[in-house]
Amino acid sequence: MKSMKSGLLICSVAAAFIFVSIGGYLRAAENEQVVKITAKKFEYSPKDITLKKGVPAVLEFTSLDRLHGFNCPGLGIRQDIQPGKVNTLRFTPDKVGTFPFHCDNFCGTGHERMTGSITVTE
Amino acid sequence: MIIDRRDFLKLAGIGGAVFVSGLGGLESLENKALAAENDFFFLQLSDTHWGFNDVAVNADYSGTLKKAVEAVNSLKVQPDFIMFTGDLSHVTDDDDERRKRLSGFRDIVSQLKLKNVRFMPGEHDAGLDEGKAYKEFYPETHYTFDHKDVHFIALDNVSDPTSALGANQLDWLRADLQKQKKDARIVVFSHRPLYELYPDWDWYTRDGAEAIDMLTPYSNVVTFHGHIHQELHRTTGNIAHNAAKALMWAFPPPGSAPKKVQIPWDPAQPYKGLGFRQVDMTAGQTAPTITEFSVKGEKL
Repeated sequence: MKSMKSGLLICSVAAAFIFVSIGGYLRAAENEQVVKITAKKFEYSPKDITLKKGVPAVLEFTSLDRLHGFNCPGLGIRQDIQPGKVNTLRFTPDKVGTFPFHCDNFCGTGHERMTGSITVTE
Repeated sequence: MIIDRRDFLKLAGIGGAVFVSGLGGLESLENKALAAENDFFFLQLSDTHWGFNDVAVNADYSGTLKKAVEAVNSLKVQPDFIMFTGDLSHVTDDDDERRKRLSGFRDIVSQLKLKNVRFMPGEHDAGLDEGKAYKEFYPETHYTFDHKDVHFIALDNVSDPTSALGANQLDWLRADLQKQKKDARIVVFSHRPLYELYPDWDWYTRDGAEAIDMLTPYSNVVTFHGHIHQELHRTTGNIAHNAAKALMWAFPPPGSAPKKVQIPWDPAQPYKGLGFRQVDMTAGQTAPTITEFSVKGEKL
């Protein structure tokens, strides 16, 4: 009997933990800034992105043709953009400003023009 | 007129009949003579971008490289060798056109009187096909050679489309360096800068820091690279890095403009910002002496 009570207690605690965890995850997901970005020769769409400081961001990249890259040195983030999959980059902007980004996987004649910017606001 | 130090040495009798001044004695002169035998210079030419054809950027796009070849051929004293540090051709998405441009480049530089000419790829040559077409013309993309008492290393940071050296090449570099003395004179060539020169404009090598870390224990290392189309000298630790002018267009100084854009052709100052360089390696001196020249061979 004593062991049954202990088992119920453990199950209750575990259930409560799972509930709180899921709740926390959902709250975080609701607060995330999700931006879907397509990359193709030789442009990003959208190329100018606005994010809020301190709010977790999820950048979901899709390449429409070949390997591209995303490098934003000012925010210290980069991502390979492989074709045929969603390439996800998670980060939390920690400073305000406008930060240029560029393709850093050489992709052809217009590679140098493949640029954009992230503006982080308060 | 390019330096006549060798002529001077010949006139002074070093390397030939020795003129004994009485100052320092014969032994000293012999040491100088031995040292002079190890003195040499080479030329660095870079970013010729053969196939580029925008007159707003270079009104003499088909003549600039040819003029540089003529200027080199007219040197009274020829260098020991010439190194082209990448972007020999201008990028094209057409594989056949890429080969045509590399062939055009090769035809022009075949007119150089000096035949000890070395090459390495830039991303425009090799970044789209991992060096496949480039290797048909120049089989090696990374290699070493020794000249007199200097060890030269050519690194390929462009054939990988991610602009990295890669684990295999880093292992190869590590093995090569392990064979060198810590005070060996080492010259490293690469197309892109190995260090983070200006990442916002993609002027760096993704895993270049690993190469820098390997080179740092050596006390006499200097690097020469292209890619940024301008003369620039920086140091990381005890390593001096030297960026070369291009032979097609110039870029503005890093971070001096909102975007990296080619500097337009100035009819009042044609070929401004373009040129090549001479590097004097003097025995017993750690740092090489660098002299910049215009496309037409005028000392700057």
